[in-house]
Amino acid sequence: MSAAAPFDPRAAAGSQPLRCTVNGAAVERAVEPRLLLSDFLRHDLGLTGTHVGCEHGVCGACTVLVDGEAVRSCLLLAVQADGLAIETVESLAPGSAELHPLQEAFRAHHALQCGFCTPGILMTMVAFLAEHSAPTEAEVRLALAGNLCRCTGYQNIVDAVLAAARSRRER
Amino acid sequence: MTADGAGAAGAGGLGARYPRNEDARLLTGQALFLDDLALPGMLHAALLRSPHAHARIRSVDASRARALAGVVAVVTAEDLGAYWRPGPLLVPPPPVAGALFHERTQVPLAKGKVRHVGEPIALVVASSRYLAEDALAEIEVEFEVLDAAVDLEGALAAGAPLVHDDLDSNLAAHVVQARGDWAVARAAAHRVIARRLHYDRGTAAALENRGVAAEWDARAGRLTVWDTTQAPIPIRNGLAAMLGLSEHQVRVAAPFIGGGFGPKIMMFYPEEVLIPWAARALGRPVKWTSDRAEDFVSTTQERGQIHDAELAVDREGRILGLADRFLHDTGAYDPYGLTIPLNSQANALGLYRVPAYRSEFRAVFTNKPIVTPYRGAGRQHGTFVIERLLDLAARELGLDPVEIRRRNLLAPEDFPVRQGIVYQDFTELTYDSGDYAPLVERACELIGYQRFLAEEQPRRRAAGRASGIGLVTYVEGTGIGPFEGARVQVQTSGKVTVATGVGTQGQGHFTAFAQVAASALGVSPRDVDVVTGDTDQFHWGSGTFASRGAVVAGNAVHAAACAVAEKALALAASALGVAAAEVELAAGTARVRAEPARAIALGELARRANPLRGAVVPGTEPGLEATRYFGPERGATAAGVHALILDVDLESCAVTIERLVVVHDCGRVINPTLVEGQIHGGVAQGIGNAFYEQLVFDDAGQLLNGSFMDFLLPTALDVPRMEVDHRETPSPLNPLGTKGAGEAGAIPVGALFAQALENALARPGLEIRDIPLSPSRLWELLRADAGAT
Repeated sequence: MSAAAPFDPRAAAGSQPLRCTVNGAAVERAVEPRLLLSDFLRHDLGLTGTHVGCEHGVCGACTVLVDGEAVRSCLLLAVQADGLAIETVESLAPGSAELHPLQEAFRAHHALQCGFCTPGILMTMVAFLAEHSAPTEAEVRLALAGNLCRCTGYQNIVDAVLAAARSRRER
Repeated sequence: MTADGAGAAGAGGLGARYPRNEDARLLTGQALFLDDLALPGMLHAALLRSPHAHARIRSVDASRARALAGVVAVVTAEDLGAYWRPGPLLVPPPPVAGALFHERTQVPLAKGKVRHVGEPIALVVASSRYLAEDALAEIEVEFEVLDAAVDLEGALAAGAPLVHDDLDSNLAAHVVQARGDWAVARAAAHRVIARRLHYDRGTAAALENRGVAAEWDARAGRLTVWDTTQAPIPIRNGLAAMLGLSEHQVRVAAPFIGGGFGPKIMMFYPEEVLIPWAARALGRPVKWTSDRAEDFVSTTQERGQIHDAELAVDREGRILGLADRFLHDTGAYDPYGLTIPLNSQANALGLYRVPAYRSEFRAVFTNKPIVTPYRGAGRQHGTFVIERLLDLAARELGLDPVEIRRRNLLAPEDFPVRQGIVYQDFTELTYDSGDYAPLVERACELIGYQRFLAEEQPRRRAAGRASGIGLVTYVEGTGIGPFEGARVQVQTSGKVTVATGVGTQGQGHFTAFAQVAASALGVSPRDVDVVTGDTDQFHWGSGTFASRGAVVAGNAVHAAACAVAEKALALAASALGVAAAEVELAAGTARVRAEPARAIALGELARRANPLRGAVVPGTEPGLEATRYFGPERGATAAGVHALILDVDLESCAVTIERLVVVHDCGRVINPTLVEGQIHGGVAQGIGNAFYEQLVFDDAGQLLNGSFMDFLLPTALDVPRMEVDHRETPSPLNPLGTKGAGEAGAIPVGALFAQALENALARPGLEIRDIPLSPSRLWELLRADAGAT
C-alpha cells in the first residue's frame, strides 16, 4: 500500500473492550474495532442462528434485535453494540421442545424452505408484531420487504405472520 | 397399510399436507449451515480473483502476503504442481449425429491467462478471514489486459478475441436436431411468423453463498469435506481420485444448504478442489465461505441466448412446423456440456403438436462467468420461443391467444408422445403422460379469462388503466436418471431411518421421504429420521438436480421401505403364527388384520431380526433393513399453465400483479403443501427473471450490477399471492407415479409477462421480444412505439 493510503484497517487493529447483553446474558469481550457484529455473534459467541447473506445490508438475513429494534448485524461493528442488549433467533423459543408462537406459525404455514433467511425474518417480524397487534396483509408485506427470501415467494410467510398476530390477539 | 405403500393420506402418508420434520431445527437457528462450522485449529481461506475479464498473467508475487502475520499459506497455480488440472466434464456431448463439442473446463487457479472476472488466481489461508482478506491486497499480479469477447454474436464474429487460444473461434458446440420436413411445412404455411428473441443472463442468488470446509485426520487417514453442494457423492468420488485416496477415505457431507437452484451442483468449483487439498497439505481444518460480491462473479449463471425462430401455421392457426436457430452463451468454460441448450430445444415443442421441427444451436465461449443450469435450465428459452410465436401468430390471424393454444394442444390419445429428438438425458424426448386441455380450461376458469376480456378490461380501459391478462403453458422434463438409492432401517426403538445420497436445499426431503417410508411401514412420518447428502451414510447416487429428487430418490425410498415391510410382515407372521397375507403394518406395529389386538411392535421385530444367539434362517438377511435403487428408463414430463392479470403504470412503467394462477400437473403428489411451496418459489424467481434480474456486463466484461443494491431480487411487495391448483396424471414410469416440480414455477413467467404486457398496452406495433424486462426497458419500448406511429 502506498504511503498516501488514507486508512489501513490493520493500523486500527488491536482490541477494544465490549460489554453488552446477548440473549439476556452479560457478555464482556475484547474485540477488534473492525469486527462486524454479525461475525461477533456467529464466530466469537457461536450464535450461528444469525445468518449472513450479503454483508451489505440488503438481504436482512442477519437481522437481530438491538434494544428491541430490528437491526442488520452486518452493518454494525461489534464495538457499536457496547452497552446495548442484543437478541438473536436463539432467544425466541422458550425451551428446547417448545417453539415461539411465531416459529410455530411459520411451521404450520410452511413459511420456510431452505430456512437460511428465516432467522432474520423472524427477528424482523417479532419487532414488527410488537408494534402492530392487528396488521393488514399490506402492512406485513411492507414490513417484510426488507428481507429477501429466494425460496418461498413470501406468501406463506405473510400468512404465518398474520396468523401469529391473530392468535396473539385471541389469547 | 400394505406393503405396496398405498397408505392413508390422513396419517401423513402419501398425499397428505404434513408439516415438515426439519422446521424446528431451522426455526430455532440450530440447523448446521456450512459457515456455522467451527473446528479446533481451523484456518480461513480467501481467494484473489481476477479483476479483468480477459488478460494474460505475466507474474504473481505473493511474497509480501506470505510475510503477513497470521498468514499460513498463499497458493498459486504453480504451487499446485501435478494437482493442477482442468476439472471434469460433467455431461458429455449428446449422441446427436454431427454434433460438435469443444470441451474446455475450468481450472483450480488461473495459469497464464484469466478468462472471466472473478476467476481465482491465488488462495490465501490465514488464521482469520479478516487477515486472509488483508493478505489478498498484498498479492501483486502483473496483467496484460486483452480485449474481451462479451457480446454473444460478437464473440463469433471474425477477429473476435479468443477465450481459448487453441481454438480457431469461440464456437464451443454446434448441434442440429430435426424431424419432419421444415421446408415443406414452411412452403405450405398460410403465415410464417419469424422473430428474433433474446433471453439474457441472471444469477440464482441463493441467500446462502457457497462454501467449503475440510479437515484431514492424519491418524485415521480420512478427509472430511463439508460442501454446499447439491451432489456430494460425485464430489467425494472425484476428490478421492484427484487426491489419490480411496473413496472410503473421503467423506463429503452437504449440511443444510441455503438454497441451491442449480448452480450449487457445478462440479468442480475451484474452491472444491482447493480447500480439501489445502487442509491436507497444511494438516489443519480450512474453511472458505464466499461473500456476496464473490458470488456474483464466481458462482455459475444462466440464461443468455439469442433465438431466430420461425413458426409456420395454417389458416386456422394450427402449427405446421417450427424452425429455430439460436446462440447459447456458455461463458468462459463449458463443464456442464450441453444440458441447457438441449433443454431449450426440447421445451420449444411445448404442449403442442408440431409436425415439423428443426432446431440448430451454437454454444459460444465468452469472457463471462461460467454458465450451468439454474432453475429451468434452458427450458425458459424454449418456452419463450413457442409461446411468443403463438401469441404473434394469434395476433396476425385475429385469434385469441388461448384459442390458438387450444387448437394445437396434444390430446390424451397422443401419449406417449415421441418427439424424435434427443433430450438432456440422451434418450429420445418422450412425454410419458399428460392431459393438457383441462389445465388450460381450469386456468381460464380460475382467473376468469373470458369475463376479464369481455367486461373487466373494457371498464378499466375506460378508466384509463393499462390492465392486461396473459395465459401461457409449459412442459417440464423432470426426474431423469441414471438412478438414486436409499437404505431404510427400522431401529429397535421402532423409529425408522432413511438414508439417501441426494443433497437437500430446502425442498422438504426430510418430510417427503419420511412420508413415503411411513406410508409403506405404517408409522408416523414424525418417527422417520431422514439422512441426506452424507457419503458416510449412503454413497451411491448423483444428486439433486433436474427436478428429480422426489421422482428418483423418492421411488428408491419407496422400494426400500416396501422391501423392509415385506421382511417385517414375514417375521411378524411367523411370530404371530399366521400367514403373512393376514398381517398388516399399522400404528408402528405388525398386527393381524382381522384381530388388531394381536400385534407386535416394529421395534420388537427389529430386535428379533438381529438376534445375538441362534441362527437366522438361511437365505434371509438380518435386520429390518433394505437398500434399493431406482432408475427410470427416461424422465417424466410435468406440465402446467400460468395465468396473470397485471396493471402497468404508464408514467413509471412499474408493473403491479393483481392475480397469478398456476394449474400444475406433476403426477402423483406426495405432499401438496411442499409442491405449492416449490411453485410459489419458482414463480417468484420467474418474476425476478422476467422483470427485475439482469446481469449487465460492459464491453470489457465487467459486471456492472454485482450487488443486491443493483441486481434487484423481488421482495414481498413484488411477488403476488398465487392461486395454485393441482391435477394429477400419474407417470407410468415409476411406481409412485410422481413427476418433478422443482423448476415448473419458474419456466413460463417471461412468456407470461410478455403476453400480459402486450395485452395491457394494446399497441399493435409493440412487441416484447426480450427478457428480462424492467420498467426502463418497458419505457423504451413504449417510447419507440410512440415514435413509430
